[in-house]
Formats: sequence, C-alpha cells, structure tokens
Amino acid sequence: MILTQDRTDTREPDISDTLLAAQLFLQSPHAFGGICLRGYGPVRDELVAQLQTGIAKNRPVIKIPASADSERLLGGIDLTATLAQGRSVHRRGLLTEAAGGAVILPMAERMAEDVAAHIAQAMDMGDLAVILLDDGIEADEAPPKVLMERIAFHCNMSAARELGGELSIMPAAPKVRPLTKKQRHDLAATAAVLGIVSVRPLLFAQNAARAHAALYGQAKTDEVDMQAAVRLIFGPRATQLPNAQEDLEEPPPPPPEDRSDNDTSDADDEESTQNMPPEDMLLEAAAAAIPPHILEQIDGQMHGISKGQAGRSGQKQKSAQRGRPLGSRPGIPGHGRKLALIDTLRAAAPWQTIRRQAAGDPGRSTVHIRKSDLHVRHYEQRRESLTIFAVDASGSSALARLAEAKGAVELMLAEAYVKRAQVALVAFRQAEASLLLPPTRSLTRARRALSALPGGGGTPLALGLLAARGLAEAALKRGQTPTIVLLTDGKANVMMDGSADRKGAMEEVQQIAQGIAAQGLNAITLDISPRPRAEAAQLADWLRGKYLPLPRANSAAMVQAIESVNEGQKA
Amino acid sequence: MGIFPFSAIVGQDEMKLALLVAAVDARIGGVMIFGDRGTGKSTAARALAATLPPIRVVENCRFNCEPEAQQDCPDPCTSKRVRKMAVPFVDLPLGSTEDRVLGTLDLERALAHGEKHFEPGLLAKAHRGFLYIDEINLLEDHVVDLLLDVAASGENLVERDGLSIRHPARFVLIGSGNPEEGELRPQLLDRFGLSVEVRTPEAIEERVEIMRRCDAQERSAVKFAAKWKSADGKVLRQIARAKKALANVKTPAQILKDTAALCKTVGADGLRGELTLMRGARALAALQGDDKVTRAHLTQMAPLSLRHRLRRDVLDETGSTVRIELAIKELFS
Repeated sequence: MILTQDRTDTREPDISDTLLAAQLFLQSPHAFGGICLRGYGPVRDELVAQLQTGIAKNRPVIKIPASADSERLLGGIDLTATLAQGRSVHRRGLLTEAAGGAVILPMAERMAEDVAAHIAQAMDMGDLAVILLDDGIEADEAPPKVLMERIAFHCNMSAARELGGELSIMPAAPKVRPLTKKQRHDLAATAAVLGIVSVRPLLFAQNAARAHAALYGQAKTDEVDMQAAVRLIFGPRATQLPNAQEDLEEPPPPPPEDRSDNDTSDADDEESTQNMPPEDMLLEAAAAAIPPHILEQIDGQMHGISKGQAGRSGQKQKSAQRGRPLGSRPGIPGHGRKLALIDTLRAAAPWQTIRRQAAGDPGRSTVHIRKSDLHVRHYEQRRESLTIFAVDASGSSALARLAEAKGAVELMLAEAYVKRAQVALVAFRQAEASLLLPPTRSLTRARRALSALPGGGGTPLALGLLAARGLAEAALKRGQTPTIVLLTDGKANVMMDGSADRKGAMEEVQQIAQGIAAQGLNAITLDISPRPRAEAAQLADWLRGKYLPLPRANSAAMVQAIESVNEGQKA
Repeated sequence: MGIFPFSAIVGQDEMKLALLVAAVDARIGGVMIFGDRGTGKSTAARALAATLPPIRVVENCRFNCEPEAQQDCPDPCTSKRVRKMAVPFVDLPLGSTEDRVLGTLDLERALAHGEKHFEPGLLAKAHRGFLYIDEINLLEDHVVDLLLDVAASGENLVERDGLSIRHPARFVLIGSGNPEEGELRPQLLDRFGLSVEVRTPEAIEERVEIMRRCDAQERSAVKFAAKWKSADGKVLRQIARAKKALANVKTPAQILKDTAALCKTVGADGLRGELTLMRGARALAALQGDDKVTRAHLTQMAPLSLRHRLRRDVLDETGSTVRIELAIKELFS
C-alpha cells in the first residue's frame, strides 16, 4: 500500500506522483479514461505489471501490439480459420474483447492515426480504459492527441530509478461528497491561468480530487486533495506559465532535478502559503509539475530554433506521408508488390461454385483461385512537398522586401491545401535564427506567425541555413520532399557564435551551403537586394541551386519563380 | 455511461441552434463545427440524436427502411412487421476505408456460398439519422468526397467489386475540425449547410456549471437523465412542431431580396449560400413558432449559413463572421 504514511509525502516527487496517479487510475479506470506512462525501463514495466494485476481482478486487460491494424481491433472474419474449416469463422475484435476493461498500448508514440481513432471511439462509449506506454524521447514524439486528450494522467517516469511502492487495491472506495462550488471555481480559475482550453481536464481534476480523498478514507475533499488533483491533471497540460510575462524576466524555474529541495522545504512553504487565497496555492502546485519541454518551447520562441519543435505539426500526417494502402488492383505479386489476400479472395469468391463444379470437387474445403483473381496492394505514393522559406530579416534586406516575402509565403500557403504541400518559415536576423512557422498547412497559424516577424539588425546567414537544413532533414525523415527557398541578399556579417565578422561569416556560410548541396537538398536562392549582387549568386553556386535575382520582386512574381523551378525539377 | 441530455449542455448556444435547425430541415445539409478539443462537439451531436423520438423501421431491414418506402430498399424487404429503433448515430472514425463507408461484397457469403451479396457500410447504418465525423480535416480526401456526394444526393450508389447497388442514405452530416490543424478545401466547406465556431467556455461560472453537471451525471446517469427529461421533451416537441409548421412558414418577397443582397455584399461563392440561408431562416422561424420569416431570423442565421462560404483573402485579417456582421449593419440599419 502506498502512502500509508502521512499525507504530505516526502519521497522523490516524480515517481511518487506517478504512483499516486496510477493508484487513482486504478480506483476507477473508466472515469479517468487512462494513464500515459512515458519513459521505458524496468521501473515502468513493474508499474504496468502492477496496474495489470490491479485491473485484471475482475475485468479484462488486453495488450494490443503496435502492429495491430483496425481490422484486428474491430474484429471480422477470420480468414485463415474460415478457409481451413470451410465455414465462416468470426473473430472478435480486440476492442470488443477488452470492453469493460482496459487495453495496454505499447509504443504509443508510434501508433497509427486510424488505430488511435478506433480506440478513442471505444473510449467514448465509456467502458474502455487505456494504458499508454510512451517510449518517446524527443519532445515531438508523443502518443496521438485524440487519446492524450481523453485520458486523465500524463506521467513522465523516464528519470525514475525505482518504484518505491506498491499499488493497493481498494476493496470499495468510500463515498466522497461532491466538490463544493468554491472548489470547482478554484479548479476552473486555475485551468484558465494555466492556459488549459479543453473542458475535459476540469472533469478529470474533480474526479481526481474526490478519488484522492477516497484514497485516504475521507468523506470530503480538502485542500490537499485539490492540490494533488491540480498537480496530476493540470501540471502536464499547462500551456503557459502563470504570469508568463513576469516570469520571463526572471530566471526560469528550477529544473525538475532540483525539486527535491523544494519538497523538503515544503513544511516551511506550507506555513507561508497558508494565508494566500486558495487559488494561488493551486497555481503554485501546478507550476512545480510543469514538464521541462514546456520551458523548452518558451525558450525556443525566445532564443531561436529548438530541435524538437521542427516536427511538431508535421507529425499528424506521419502515416499519410509514408503512403497509405489505397486498396488494391489486379496484378501479379513480386517485384516488391505484395499480394492483397482479401481482395484476391474477394475476386475469386463469386466463381467458387462454378469452379468447384468444373474441377469436379464438390467439397467445400478448397478455394479455387485463378491467376486473374490475383490482386496486389497499391500504396499511395504521396510524397508531400515542404517548402521551407528562410527569410533574411536583417537591416540590409530592406523592410519592404520583408513584407513581400511574407506575402509570398501566404500565397504559397493559400494553395497548400489544394496541392497538399506544407510550408515552413525560418527568419534570421541579429544573432539568431528562429522558426516562426513549423511545417504547416494552416492559414490561421501562418498569419499569426507572419504578422509577428520583425526586421532589422545583422545577417547571421549561416545560422539561417543551418535552421533550414534542420527542417529539411526532419522533413526527409517524414518522407516529405523539402525545398529550401532562401530569400536574402547574401551578405552575411554575423558568425554563428554571434560575433560580427564578415569574412568569418562568409566562410561559415560556404561550409554549410556546400553541406546542404552535398546532401542533395533542393535550394533556391532569391536575391532580394535592390540590385543583383555577386554574394547571392555565389551562395546559389555553393548550394548548387537556382539563383533568381528579383530586383523588383512582388509576391506573385516570387511564387511564379518558385513554381517554375519546381516544375523544372519534376520534368 | 449514459448519453448526456441535450438540454443539459451548458452554453454553446450557436452550436445547439445549428443542430436544431438541421434537425428540423434535413435539406439544409449538415453542420460543420470548428473548434478545439473538449468543447462538447460530439456530446452535443450525440445528445441531439438521443433526444429525437425513435423511428419506425421495417423489421430485419439492414437499411433502416421506412415502412412506407420499402420499394427503395435493395434487399427483398417485404416484412410487414415494424419495429422502433433509436435515431441512428454513426461515428465515422478517422482512417475508415472506402469499403467500410460505402459497403462492400459480403466476403463470408461469397466464400461460404459463392454468392454475390452486398454488405452495407456505415452510410446505410446512418440512414435517417446522424453521421458524425470528428476531425474531418484529417480524413482522407477521397473518403470525404464520396461522403459529401452521398450526403448531397441522399443516395448511395455502389459500383464496385462487381456489385451494382443503390440504397437511400439520408442523414444529417455533422463534421468537426480544428482549423489550426489544417484547412478544409472550399468545395468541401460549401457542401456543409451551416457552420459554427465553438470556443471553450471562457467564463469561469460556465465551466463550474459544466463540472457540476458532468459530476452529477457520472454519479447517477439515470437520475440526471430524469431531471432533464422534461427539458429534453420540450426540445423534442419544439422540433416536432417546427417540422410540421415548416411547410406553412411564409417567406415574404422582401426577405428574399434581403437574402440575395446580403449574399452579394459579403461575396459568398455560389448559390448554395442563398438557398441555405433562406431554408435556415425558415426553419428558425418554425422553431420559434412564427408563421413568417422576419429580418431577425435572417440576421441570426446569416453567420451560420455564410461564414464558411466567403472567399478567403489570405492577406485580409478580418474574420468571416466580422465581415458578415458588417454587411448586415450596412444593409439593414
């Protein structure tokens, strides 16, 4: 039994919170929807085993492998058995088998969208809980949002060394009175401050508070229960820090490792917070549990490009980009083409009676298949294109040009959803390159990002190139075809370390540009200086890409230029 | 977990209105709901379907046939017995294949008996009910295309796998999506009759009320449903009355002129905007128990019917709703 000791737990915060979350989840799995455990290792395995035994007491628990397809999930005809037995054999879907219980989903961060959608639908019916095992390391590796939204607990146990406790199985949870109006009000206000938009976390939080009270055998929820609920439910979901503006001036909050210090001083804190209104106390609890990548994101916005962010929005389309099965067509398997078994049988099925008679085989056990029945899988080869605009926003690129570049990006984007192309935007100026727009097809986000693009300062061209290359590499990994469009006058004057040195900066640019060329990435240089310059032409040469001087650029002309180049490459 | 009563949904008046209007006049053709996750989109759609009175269907019919319309059924649907069933609500999952949506050759029958037999898909299941598609902007394009086609024609035509079948498929299409996660093509948007933008309730009081009601429902769905039964019954009667009154609602010539003028001023593409606006206003009048359409009905329905049909100017920051409101002000005041 965990937490038999006093209610202000002093164990290492991370893992005790995970244990607590697991304990609450175990109390009523369906009310909480599920739990996500991030970070692989023996500690997690142990916890999962305990959860499994806990739930399996009177309910089914089924592990669904990452390779399960929607057919297996939903059930249907068992083809092998049907053929072997000569009569139709049905197989129940895994989700039907798990109804009323829980499913364990390993490698949840790699789950296909359609699988996630089916599971989410089963959860909406209210009798399925999920345990997501998230093996992701990078910030952009996460289980599908449809599932994360529907489960209460998001736990990160990647730093955990030992479990240090056991889950207990409560015979019957004692009745806990509903939250008071005041308590609900506090929860709603806290969520609002933390930038939590969805209503679901509120519902989870009130359930968590009551479950927490029940865990300690109390008849009503108090401050400690409320804080636990906020910490567990709101903490990992916070999208903004309380008082974001003020906090940015101050040094960032201590990283999670230092939190044990905070915890030991809890006793003192408690005294000092006793006079505060409860809302502030709740806030404090949540801020302490905000995961590090939130800070990274805020950091990323402030100090330039962060590695993880690049793939963030593209991830949604991951499965689409790898090529979805697009049905089948008649054909002979081989040469890399796979047999589409179902479709082959489907094609053969109507002829079975005739063929059996013709073959003099009255038995029902053989299926007669002719060459003309054979079907092969047909995948959609949709190589999405990603156009990465790297915009020189320095003082030397006149500000009017910047506006034109913005216009070009918006025009491209306006066509993006027709052409299934994505657009990303990197801007570089002064001593940094920042990712203004991660790969997206959304006009809404693009407009917001573009309107915030400032200009002026030096030209850290090398940094800009590096950022664009990072995006392009990430795109390649996702199966997209990236094209870098560089809008610059080619006059680099800031080195990567931020020092102003024209010659050194140009050397860096040459190095990186040639690296991009060596990788075989498409790069187009649009010279946006008032008169065409040798530097930009030189840059295009290093990149082994097109050079397009645009002395009188306007957005439409730019789009035309890019498109003509794209067309040329296809031909 | 029981279904949340429709009248117990807190706020989201515009979404509820759009759903009611679509339920009154099916020809309006679907509702597109834009908004974030966790704003009660699917709850509302599900709740409305559950509120409506059960429909009469021919017993054992796989296509939810009306007893009076058996001749349209592709099956030999001759049973004289009629049973009642709840209004179907079909949740179309992301990643659905064409086969599942349209229906396909019944593999089991084909293998076991060598018979060509049609196995109805989700479209047949949704006949006379609701088809809900969450995150429609992430659905494969070809699936969306065929869905919209069926939704517009009210008939599913299957010409594949050596099958040739047509069956009625009339349903209220409800799509939801978040524009932050990818745009919808304008052609697709135009097929939706109405569109609403839902926001998460900002007011703390509203969110507190949501927590209270959800909690009450979770503790005892039966008690909660009983508590809201009379309110739901009122909604039900309102819809039934409006459906009956719809044919008798008059549309004055002046209102038609206003409709045309409004659509022209905001620059709505195509004629569908005008038609939907007119039908919507008429359904609204019927819902409110009025016998003719007034300008108030028109202006209330205008944002819902037009905002997704305006040509998007990428460099123009003004939202569609604002543009419609400006046009209304300019024309009618």
